[in-house]
Amino acid sequence: MSDTRSELTVSLWRGAQQGRYQTYKVPWRENQTVLDVVTFVQRHLDPTLSYRFACRVGMCGSCAMTVNGRPRWTCRTHVSSVVKDGRLEIGPLENLPIIKDLAADMRLFFDKWQRAKGAFVPSRTRNDEIERIRPDSAARIAADAAIECINCGICYAACDTVRWNSDYLGPAALNRAWTLVNDVRDDANAERLQAVAAAGGCHACHSHQSCQELCPQRLNPTASIAGLKRRTMWAYLKGEI
Amino acid sequence: MNVRLYVWQRLTAALMVPLVVVHVAVIFYAARNGMTAADILARTRGSIVWASFYGAFVVAVAIHAAIGVRNVLTEWSPLENRSAGIFASAFGALLLLLGARAIAAVVLP
Repeated sequence: MSDTRSELTVSLWRGAQQGRYQTYKVPWRENQTVLDVVTFVQRHLDPTLSYRFACRVGMCGSCAMTVNGRPRWTCRTHVSSVVKDGRLEIGPLENLPIIKDLAADMRLFFDKWQRAKGAFVPSRTRNDEIERIRPDSAARIAADAAIECINCGICYAACDTVRWNSDYLGPAALNRAWTLVNDVRDDANAERLQAVAAAGGCHACHSHQSCQELCPQRLNPTASIAGLKRRTMWAYLKGEI
Repeated sequence: MNVRLYVWQRLTAALMVPLVVVHVAVIFYAARNGMTAADILARTRGSIVWASFYGAFVVAVAIHAAIGVRNVLTEWSPLENRSAGIFASAFGALLLLLGARAIAAVVLP
């Protein structure tokens, strides 16, 4: 990478669903993140630019955007790792409506978490004794492998099946359902398995694995969805759903 | 695709694995031994075994392919789930009809 360059050419999506890429010149600095570049444009070149971020350290998941064709956390993506010929193209996350500029509308994404019964339903009350969970139990190991999702929407934006089938729940919601299916404290698994076994549920997944390739948390939603396919199939054959 | 269609598609796929192997083996056997159409028909006509074998094959193909076509239509065409289901069912029925006709041609005396 040439450090002698002084400028980056940055194309940013401007507008809502109808819009266009607008090009800006941004100073090229060492150890610059893509979020730094977007922030520079808003602070120094065009204050009307809209985008979303919060923590800047890869914890909140709110700054995900499409960078040179791939969904990424902009706060944890160094310009030097993605820049091509001194150029960056940054757009909002795909597969979601655009509110304005780089901010995608995440409501549908979270609605699908609800549809997949992604909320924990306790089987005990605060008056009951706390249930002991062995960390080395098979169910807890399966849940732990998928639990670190921070809802950034990158897998959803990367998913071909979401692109083709607007009804599909998507990798994040199904991954969340898988963690709860493996949580012995949860009391809603009959409804949850029913929800993820319906049209648009886990069986719509083609196992292309873009979700696991691009997940910044290095989770494997494809494996979680495969687990749901197995679990729902046996539940169906036993007449439970 | 819901779990019911998923199970049917996987079950028919599993059923077709041995059927395809036998079908291909039969083709090799017939070709290597220089069998004529008359030789083959002499073996298949009136045979309940071959009628059952290819009958199962045709039924499995019709179900499996119809579910697959329905998936392709729901993802790649503007058809809604219901319309795609009707179209795919018609396609499955057509495969069933053509398959049954082909079996009848070789097993009926």
